[in-house]
Amino acid sequence: MSATIRNLEGNEACALGAIRAGCRFFAGYPITPSSEVAEVMARELPKVGGTFIQMEDEIASMGAVIGASMGGVKAMTATSGPGFSLKQENLGYACGAEIPCVIVNVMRGGPSTGMPTRPAQGDIMQARWGTHGDHAIIVLAPASVAEAYSETIRAVELSETLRVPVVVLLDEVIGHLTETVDLAAVPETPEVWRKFATGPREGFQPYAVTEDLIPPMPRPGDGYRAHCTGLTHAPGGFPTQVPEVATAAVTRTTDKLALHRARIESWRVQDAEDADLLIVAIGISARAARQAVRDLRAEGLKVGLVRPVTLWPFPEDALRETVARSGARAVLVPEMNQGQLVLEVERVLAGRAPALRLNRIDGQPITPDEIAAAAREALT
Amino acid sequence: MKDTTAPAAFDVNDWIRQEQMPHFLCPGCGHGIALRALAWALHEQGIDKDRLAVVSGIGCSGRLSAYIDANTFHTTHGRPLTFATGLKLARPDLHVVVITGDGDCLAIGGNHLIHAARRNLDITCLMLNNEIYGMTGGQVSPTTSGGRYTSTTPMGNTEPTFDACALAAAAGAGFVGREVTMQVLGLRDLIGQAIAHKGFSFVEVLSDCTEIYGRKNDLGASPEMMLAKKSEMRPFAYRNTVDVPFRPNHLRTGVIARSDRPEYGAAYRAMAAGLRGEGGGA
Repeated sequence: MSATIRNLEGNEACALGAIRAGCRFFAGYPITPSSEVAEVMARELPKVGGTFIQMEDEIASMGAVIGASMGGVKAMTATSGPGFSLKQENLGYACGAEIPCVIVNVMRGGPSTGMPTRPAQGDIMQARWGTHGDHAIIVLAPASVAEAYSETIRAVELSETLRVPVVVLLDEVIGHLTETVDLAAVPETPEVWRKFATGPREGFQPYAVTEDLIPPMPRPGDGYRAHCTGLTHAPGGFPTQVPEVATAAVTRTTDKLALHRARIESWRVQDAEDADLLIVAIGISARAARQAVRDLRAEGLKVGLVRPVTLWPFPEDALRETVARSGARAVLVPEMNQGQLVLEVERVLAGRAPALRLNRIDGQPITPDEIAAAAREALT
Repeated sequence: MKDTTAPAAFDVNDWIRQEQMPHFLCPGCGHGIALRALAWALHEQGIDKDRLAVVSGIGCSGRLSAYIDANTFHTTHGRPLTFATGLKLARPDLHVVVITGDGDCLAIGGNHLIHAARRNLDITCLMLNNEIYGMTGGQVSPTTSGGRYTSTTPMGNTEPTFDACALAAAAGAGFVGREVTMQVLGLRDLIGQAIAHKGFSFVEVLSDCTEIYGRKNDLGASPEMMLAKKSEMRPFAYRNTVDVPFRPNHLRTGVIARSDRPEYGAAYRAMAAGLRGEGGGA
């Protein structure tokens, strides 16, 4: 067996993917069901010249990650629901100040302490809107261990190149699932880094408006002596309350993601071409849906699957086009919450096809049989 | 650790971003004195501005980072020590100075202070204590003196206060000191020692908020407030003298605690180097 073929847990795959992408700093806090990410990082990072630290709380670990990244080092943290809530304040800072960082959030039952060892998908909206104010953020939703590995690599790369926080959103099943992964399936490519500031120090503007809307990042020690703040700031980096400058500052960060949307969006489609019913799902619910589609196709029912891998920004054109091309009569959204993903699907489809719901909030994954039954009902 | 040969004369303007002047501090605020003392200490320690990172939190003290000509990071409320921890671990070559306030550091950020002190990572933390939340309009803080009026203690403060230095020392900070803004040279020297110390160093600067706290409590203008603060303090060296009965507050100034516990960053890097078979070396 090749040395690159490994039996890995989803959480382990996230840690190894991050290290492969050049992450050299991890700050975390113990929380089920994500602790294995921290445990692997604690073991592996010092071997490659990186730093692991277990901070005093979730807030501190997010702060430390941002601090390390401001120092010019790729940084990541991992957590779960309640910890993710605590990280939202500093996550907002990273959004506002455009500090690259990766946050793995392994979803468990909620609200509050909820069901720590049971899976859920209740953070779909928290991942997008958890921090206050208008902000840009990317959320990736792997549905296998191999994808936990490859999407964490992509998370580091997107975060670095776009100067935006990226959330890797797993559910507990994917986080604790063990699968065989060929690490070499992700091709060796040159390490991807943020664009560091170069050129004249005099008059340097850390948030200058460039054509790609991604300002080069000053690295401490390189002589720029720039200011970085969570206050709304002008291109020079200092706070502003001038209405048009404030509008432009926030708008640039959201326009930035819109401009680079093609690079960010990712989705998978299965048997969608002629589907009368399309299933839209992420994570373990999408794995169940994949089996349901196979079973239903065997029965002769025309059912397909659209799986957003990039959850936010939601691949809306892809969904609209897939529905239009297939002529699907309805869309079914199985998810382990009371209905979050379905809200986005409804927004995107705007009545073109009804969005049907299939929800579980009992700490149990949705089964292929349940999805198949809901699909059959929808098609009769 | 000196980066360069220190030039002879200190000019505060060399350390200030002139384009950010005028500053936004109120007339009589002690924070400007603290800023000057910090700049002076940095100068005397021969710190290279390009290798200096100043990390601040939220509040009046938080705004000072923007005025310093260095790599400056104005972070979130109570969290500057967490950002500084990541920054210093990732970039041990930088001098990391944290500027925080009594609310920022002892209330919302209290947990981070005790753990930064426990870890003993090489960070210099300046806590500017003006006994009040000034930026938000004058609410009671963990260091507001007993009986004092604030917007959230309209009948006078009934809560006991924190002794920040005792807290930092108990939690293991390698260097702990306190000084009043009136003693500018003493403050400069104390901050200088804190910067030179390898480990977590904590300096409480007893500042004054004349416009909000002083006015509300009839404490007089800035000179009166500073004199009153000075008269309440006892230099640490005097602790066993007959002076004691005349210094009722018993808060001491000067170097309060000092130890040569291992610095955390060096300890971690030595462990990692050993793991990689590189042996020793920080």
